[in-house]
Amino acid sequence: MILEGNVWRYGDNIDTDVIIPARYLNSFDPKELASHCMVDIDESFAPNVQDGDIMVGGRNFGCGSSREHAPVAIKASGVPVVIAASFARIFYRNAINVGLPVLEIGDAVERIHGKDRLRVDIASGTIVNETTGDTFQAPPLPGFIQDIAKAGGLIEYVKGK
Amino acid sequence: MGMTMSQKILAAHAGVAFVKAGDLINCRLDMVLANDITAPPAIAAFEKIGKPVFDKDRISLIPDHFTPNKDIKSAGLAKIVRDFARKHHITHYYEVGRVGIEHVLLPEQGIVAPGMLTIGADSHTCTYGALGGFSTGVGSTDLGAAMATGEAWFKVPDAIKVELTGEKAEDITGKDVMLTLIGMIGVDGALYQSLEFTGPGVASLSMTDRFTIANMAIEAGAKNGIFPVDEQTAAYEKGRISHPYTVYKADPDASYSRVVSIDLSQIRPVVAFPHLPGNTKAVGTFGDIEIDQVVIGSCTNGRLEDLRIAADILKGHKVHPRVRCIIIPGSQQVYQDAMHAGYIDTFIEAGAAVSTPTCGPCLGGYMGILAAGERCVSTTNRNFRGRMGHVDSEVYLAGPQVAAASAILGKIAEPKEVR
Repeated sequence: MILEGNVWRYGDNIDTDVIIPARYLNSFDPKELASHCMVDIDESFAPNVQDGDIMVGGRNFGCGSSREHAPVAIKASGVPVVIAASFARIFYRNAINVGLPVLEIGDAVERIHGKDRLRVDIASGTIVNETTGDTFQAPPLPGFIQDIAKAGGLIEYVKGK
Repeated sequence: MGMTMSQKILAAHAGVAFVKAGDLINCRLDMVLANDITAPPAIAAFEKIGKPVFDKDRISLIPDHFTPNKDIKSAGLAKIVRDFARKHHITHYYEVGRVGIEHVLLPEQGIVAPGMLTIGADSHTCTYGALGGFSTGVGSTDLGAAMATGEAWFKVPDAIKVELTGEKAEDITGKDVMLTLIGMIGVDGALYQSLEFTGPGVASLSMTDRFTIANMAIEAGAKNGIFPVDEQTAAYEKGRISHPYTVYKADPDASYSRVVSIDLSQIRPVVAFPHLPGNTKAVGTFGDIEIDQVVIGSCTNGRLEDLRIAADILKGHKVHPRVRCIIIPGSQQVYQDAMHAGYIDTFIEAGAAVSTPTCGPCLGGYMGILAAGERCVSTTNRNFRGRMGHVDSEVYLAGPQVAAASAILGKIAEPKEVR
């Protein structure tokens, strides 16, 4: 699957409390969660994000609470993939389980800036920064995690077993 | 090459003799846990699979985050969990009046034990490593699938060995030890790894210290934090669990990515400044920081020993006129024991509010939300931007002794300043 979109760039240690603050966790409706996504650090995100836009973070993206509401909110915002230097492990797991691909590219993330346009090949992990001409390679998902991703998430995978 | 303690537990639950870091394995689960926020999406995922629950005795549903129900939507979430628990005859479901904060309640009730493999749809599930089990946080979809299958996949973690020597000085708590460690290695210092605590210093840490330390393993990015099983663990389990449990030990030739040494005698009372748990500073090394609120409680510091420490300091003192001090016992048992010991009287005479068990203020849910510009000293586990309320409020993480002293003086303080 090839995706193209514009970048929303965030920094290191983006925690799940800022992705979706706990005060909104009295609902698990994806659209409602999306309407509050990132509000505490970026009020412009939810009203302006376009379908296909790509979220890019620094180190330890998605740290903190295990709330799956965080990747659900990002996905329901129309963001089809998140790229970061590294991911906190529960967020990484949750993202794959809910069918939100995540690509880890280490320090190369420094060469992606807000509003850059990216082309991302999810299967191969190849990322092209069309704004700068840079190319990055994320390692492919390991083993049966790729099968979970291909199935569209853990539930479809378990049902298919 | 041998295995770490965490790797041994994972290997045993995968039914294999040996695992190494990086292996992808499928494990049988001893306990799966969710709360009132994470269970409803887990239940929705479970129902899509269309199988019965794998074992009604191995699922814990603990409504503790927004209960007693904070608003109509939260009441709806609690009702989803209650209805599911009744329909499937879930053994470990606790209603308001009996429920406690999940990570205080499950060890206290003997629902988790040494050697067990537990996943919970709550990041602080890593708390049970204090008992010598492997426990880690997952999301709701993992939990929903686990309720149907009794299994989960794991990537076998590498480990950081935390070698503890010496003994804590007076007025030092497990919180000071853990905040110091997170300050040393950073909030992603143990990413994807286990934190395995070992060394002669372990014996001097109480079970409460160990729960606090294991609880915050996630704040260093760790998959789990784990302590060896010793005489103190056995004494703690006496009367709580009647079934035999397996004691796992790291192999002498286990491989670690890194060894971190901590001399407990050198630990000082510390606080973590906003907005990361790794922004650790020793109390006394910074100027006066006036505060508006103190919270003592949570899955990190809501146990009887935490309340005893706070009560010893608050006894005969008053909470500073400018400060709201909110104290939340972690379970009904803790609440009642604290009442019998006279701690609750001490708190109320000092001018503190005492609440029924809830996670409420820790995650900015309710029962102590901060306004813009307000500062709170809290014994909870996270001080992210907006964590306890307005995005322009500030949370300083501390142990119960620092929190109690700060409540009296209206600024961040250590116990010796009020004695």
